[in-house]
Amino acid sequence: MSLDKNDVERIAHLARLQIDEADKPEYATNLSNILDFVEQLGTVDTENVDPMAHPSDATQRLREDVVTETNQRERFQKIAPQVENGLYLVPKVIE
Amino acid sequence: MEWETVIGLEIHTQLATKSKIFSGAPTAYGAAPNTQACAVDLGLPGVLPVLNHEAVNMAIKFGLAIDAEISPISVFARKNYFYPDLPKGYQISQYELPIIGRGAVIIELQDGSSKTIGVTRAHLEEDAGKSLHEDFHGMTGIDLNRAGTPLLEIVSEPDMRSAKEAVAYMRKIHSIVRYLEISDGNMQEGSFRCDANISVRPKGQKEFGTRAELKNINSFRFVERAIDYEVERQIDILESGGEVVQETRLYDANKGETRPMRSKEEAMDYRYFPDPDLLPVEIKPEVIEGIRKLMPELPDTKKERFIKEYKLGHEDAAFLTASRDMADYFEAVATQSAEPKLSANWIMGELSGFLNKENREINQSPVSAEMLAGLIQRIKDNTISGKIAKDVFEAMWNGEGDADAIIESKGLKQITDSGALESLVDEVITNNPKQVEQFKAGKDKVLGFFVGQIMKATQGKANPAQVNELLRKKLSE
Repeated sequence: MSLDKNDVERIAHLARLQIDEADKPEYATNLSNILDFVEQLGTVDTENVDPMAHPSDATQRLREDVVTETNQRERFQKIAPQVENGLYLVPKVIE
Repeated sequence: MEWETVIGLEIHTQLATKSKIFSGAPTAYGAAPNTQACAVDLGLPGVLPVLNHEAVNMAIKFGLAIDAEISPISVFARKNYFYPDLPKGYQISQYELPIIGRGAVIIELQDGSSKTIGVTRAHLEEDAGKSLHEDFHGMTGIDLNRAGTPLLEIVSEPDMRSAKEAVAYMRKIHSIVRYLEISDGNMQEGSFRCDANISVRPKGQKEFGTRAELKNINSFRFVERAIDYEVERQIDILESGGEVVQETRLYDANKGETRPMRSKEEAMDYRYFPDPDLLPVEIKPEVIEGIRKLMPELPDTKKERFIKEYKLGHEDAAFLTASRDMADYFEAVATQSAEPKLSANWIMGELSGFLNKENREINQSPVSAEMLAGLIQRIKDNTISGKIAKDVFEAMWNGEGDADAIIESKGLKQITDSGALESLVDEVITNNPKQVEQFKAGKDKVLGFFVGQIMKATQGKANPAQVNELLRKKLSE
């Protein structure tokens, strides 16, 4: 499977990555190689193999439903670039 | 051409846990902005999510209630998108292995028939925060209190064929989550909201038409209106030779119409993959069995029991079991008054009328079940007539005390002293010779006139049955 420049741009956009124009052909080649490798894996017969969700055999430990976190808004907001009325301010998101 | 509507719903219901799905921050509604958002909810580096046990139990309860498959192993996945209401850059959700698999609910339609609606799956995920777009010097304000609140997303099969069916299904799911006490179901606060997938096709055609998705509808009324509008819109397009575009649309409740969301927002590729921060969740059969034992009686079962135990009609039983609070209220009144039918009538009539007028829920009624049972007992033992009882009810509603206190203080006791009534009857007969003649000439209806006169004279406190009997006796003398 071969990715072109447009695919690379789209993937970069979805991941919010800014990439140099000059690097795009190389990314396209490298990503295509990865997909080729995955395609190669696809030829293996996995009929009776359960999909692996996690490399560890352990299962999730659960937390009791109790409130353990106190309000630390002031501490968190001290390191935020901009706050107002207790809100975090971010560049305008268009609805 | 005749068209058929096809609807599937995705319902998001907030689970009523004390803490968030992956952190120990509280979930209470209405707190000051960001006072309930901890390091995990903020997506700070180095934090790890830990799954809330209660959220899992609640999902299992729902699964049991709709007779669904409960996955022995389920997996959390990252749904990747960049939006500041979830600062991690992804929402933790479930994709390939949801906790709840295929199930079904039965809805009842207006013509009395019922229909089974399939539930494809239900999965656990975290809610996002809120973006406030008022003017913050051209910036957007973010409140992350809601971020990380547990949600159960319930996905239906495309089994509904009209807006009415969709509303009936939504109400049924709402009723179930309320019965199970796994969600407060508060739609104003956004605890229960839905997305609707809608398409139309020529009647008889097997393939589905192209669908549009309506996002974030948060009231039963809006669901019906939004779907009706959208169906009209799609039929208009098709009948004028156009094609429906697959897109996400928003329902504007003020304008009563749907409009497309910006195409940029839907050009999403969520790139789901298993969340490496969370291990697969294992649910052992004994855990499911343990929860099964704690399951409350659900609306369908309760309705059948009400019909049998209290000899209620089908419609009455359906009304009284629509919510658990309503059903509990009815049972308390019926048991204490020992008059189930009368209790049902008063709850569905007078009480519901007052509740609707003031837009209150049953649990906000100023007339408690005990008070209503007390009133019904006074009707039953003939202390007051049904008509006077309505005045007493209104006085109870206005906080003037219980039935006995009001009857006493207002002197509303029925006149059952036959001597006093007899002289009144005599008086009315003497004063109205014309009507007496008419009655004797066979005009039976005139009896109502006499009853009315006596009721007027006693301000409604005479026992109607007794008055009738006395009148007939005197008039035929």
